[in-house]
Amino acid sequence: MPDITRNPFSRRHLLTGAGRTLSLAAVSLIVGSKMKTASAADVSQDVKILNAAISLEHEGIAAYQIAATSGLLQPAVVEIGVAFQGHHKGHRDLLVKAVETLGGKPSAEKSLDEYAKDLNAASLKNQTDVLRLALGLERGAANAYLGLIPSLGPDFHQVAAQMAGDEAFHAAILANALGEPIPKDALIFG
Amino acid sequence: MKRQLNIMLCCCAALLSSSVFANDAKIPTAATATQLISEGDSVAPNAVSDDQIAAGGRLYKQRCGGCHSLDRNRIGPRHRGVYGRKAGSVGDFSYSEALQNFDVVWTESTLDKWLENPTAFANGTSMGFRLRKAEERKVVIAYLKSLSDTAESRGKK
Repeated sequence: MPDITRNPFSRRHLLTGAGRTLSLAAVSLIVGSKMKTASAADVSQDVKILNAAISLEHEGIAAYQIAATSGLLQPAVVEIGVAFQGHHKGHRDLLVKAVETLGGKPSAEKSLDEYAKDLNAASLKNQTDVLRLALGLERGAANAYLGLIPSLGPDFHQVAAQMAGDEAFHAAILANALGEPIPKDALIFG
Repeated sequence: MKRQLNIMLCCCAALLSSSVFANDAKIPTAATATQLISEGDSVAPNAVSDDQIAAGGRLYKQRCGGCHSLDRNRIGPRHRGVYGRKAGSVGDFSYSEALQNFDVVWTESTLDKWLENPTAFANGTSMGFRLRKAEERKVVIAYLKSLSDTAESRGKK
């Protein structure tokens, strides 16, 4: 657990007053939304969901690392994958700051070998396999962010939607690379 | 970079022709269902067709696949055999305290409530994802249920 005596934004520091409400001004500065207040239970719930999102980003970062070093990709594809990985690192860093500001402990990443096992990386035989794996993860991540927005406090709605947008962008590029047709119907994600 | 991207996209497009987007969840209606349960002329109220189970499988990959797999623990626990299993009981997955203490067996009813609003059903869970549409929950649950009656799933419970 974080050292709350040294963390000015820890829950214990911020939980004050008869209503036990929590100022989220610091979080709002990070995620760029207007200040709201939330109960301790709401904050605790947000920390858990944000930590799941961090785990999702850890896995995405690892997936692109495994792909980039697999020897299966053309150099130009590696370059694109590294750019996408950078986006996921940006997401991770934002989410980690948010969790820490709420007084939580960000979820830790696993080893690359563990992610390789989780993602069944041994089954990847060529560039197409890698792109299909990446597409599945990106599409799932876009849907995951969109689906968790209603469960998060309002201060995190916009940033979660922004991250969903990034994942959808990645998915669109990958789907195009795989020769997927453009979806006919609206509301492709969520 | 732009030139490289264009070349890469063209090459990949030429190499590949299958479609994932084209399989996006068009959920077959009950009217098209092949009933799983049929006695005389009676129609089970919750009959689910093979088409609906297949649609549930596609929807599962798209909506749940960001965090879950059937046979491997990832962000969330593996799902093969989840139907009929006690919540929080995959031995090698690290559950939230909320799920560790959640005395529920996953059935159509409990899965429906969970997927509709997991934080309301098990406050303190790490899962915030909601599957809003009842029809989508129905086919995803039917898909998961279809995977829970196999010898393979029983071996992995």
